[in-house]
Amino acid sequence: MSNLLKLEIVTPEAMTYSDEVEMVTLPGVEGEMGIFPMHVPLMTQIVAGEVVVRKDGREHSFAVGDGFAEISSERVAILTDMAVDEDNIDETRAEEARRQAEVRLKEEHLSDEELATVNAAMAHSVALLKVKRRHSR
Amino acid sequence: MPSTRDIRRRIKSVKNTAQITKAMQMVASSKMRRAQAEALAGRPYATLMNAVLAEVSAGAAEFSHPLMEKREIRKRALILVTTDKGLCGALNSNLLREAGRFDQETTVFITAGRKGSQFVARTRRSMAAEFTYKDSPEFAEARAISKFAQELFLKGEVDHVDVLFTNFINTLSQKSEVRTLLPLGELSALNPDLTSEGHSDLQAGGKEFLFEPNAATVLGNLLPHYLNYQMFQFLHEAKASEQSARMVAMKNATDNAKQIIKDLTLEYNKLRQANITKELLEITTAQMAMG
Repeated sequence: MSNLLKLEIVTPEAMTYSDEVEMVTLPGVEGEMGIFPMHVPLMTQIVAGEVVVRKDGREHSFAVGDGFAEISSERVAILTDMAVDEDNIDETRAEEARRQAEVRLKEEHLSDEELATVNAAMAHSVALLKVKRRHSR
Repeated sequence: MPSTRDIRRRIKSVKNTAQITKAMQMVASSKMRRAQAEALAGRPYATLMNAVLAEVSAGAAEFSHPLMEKREIRKRALILVTTDKGLCGALNSNLLREAGRFDQETTVFITAGRKGSQFVARTRRSMAAEFTYKDSPEFAEARAISKFAQELFLKGEVDHVDVLFTNFINTLSQKSEVRTLLPLGELSALNPDLTSEGHSDLQAGGKEFLFEPNAATVLGNLLPHYLNYQMFQFLHEAKASEQSARMVAMKNATDNAKQIIKDLTLEYNKLRQANITKELLEITTAQMAMG
């Protein structure tokens, strides 16, 4: 068996990442988990956060939104509503989005739909900022 | 026999029409490019999601969920995805002809797009809800529609939900199609056309999956999300079809107008020459009579 994982990160807009990697770290609902090749088949939900990919001994991060991950022995498929490469994160815009979401959350008359959208925007921007700040340091 | 002035007036009016249809063609073609790109960009996600669901369902055979429950069909709902505006060829009439085949007594309609609502009101069918979607459909819009349908289904008000929309094949061809949204039934049988070739051998393996935190929670979240996403993709396909159909219709209209202008110009020139000849004849006859 190969000692590589086929990783696919897909959002509704595009296929963000598709490559053979050595290891991935996912933000699972019950905490972070590191996935190596030959993992047992696993289906899990992920929360907004950071996906770390190790390829050729180097680590690379993605900020992701809520979604699902399907893990099998040689493949990891991540379905999420947002995925941004750490190099493409615009810190000022993420900060701005977070502030806007905060303002919207204070409004009282939000419908369920709006609340879900705002919460998602909030989680997205927080994830973006977290990934950006951790790496710029 | 129309006078030269009448013909000139007609040429002018046809020219104006041609200008308008040409402008609409341009607008539709730029919107079309965007809508097509969006519809195509969503396909990998849809493919992967189908593959994931198929694999998971193979590995969690005994799992069942209220959304998968098959019941005897007494009432059904049809989500009718049409356009807001006309001037897009036979697109809407094809859709509405399909919609007309559903039994009036047992079907409630959920419409997205104004043409569909008008149809339902005109033919006095029962309407459950009316939704709108923009030129570039948003996930929230799709979520609203699919959530509404899921609630109807879960409350037992309907036993079957279909979606009627226009599937985008390419710029020149769009096909109105009916797809079943609910019940999910056999997960592995979902839209075989969207499940790509590469995954078929994986499905055959039938691996046993672990779930974290547990199967009920994960699938309980995944299934509604899957339906929302499915609806989102349907809206995208419908939009891409609409813009393509409109562009083609407007291109035909412009071409026809140009042909009419050509014919009218020919007729105009003939008439003009005939008039000149007639006048010349009159002058010469008059001269001869004088002489």
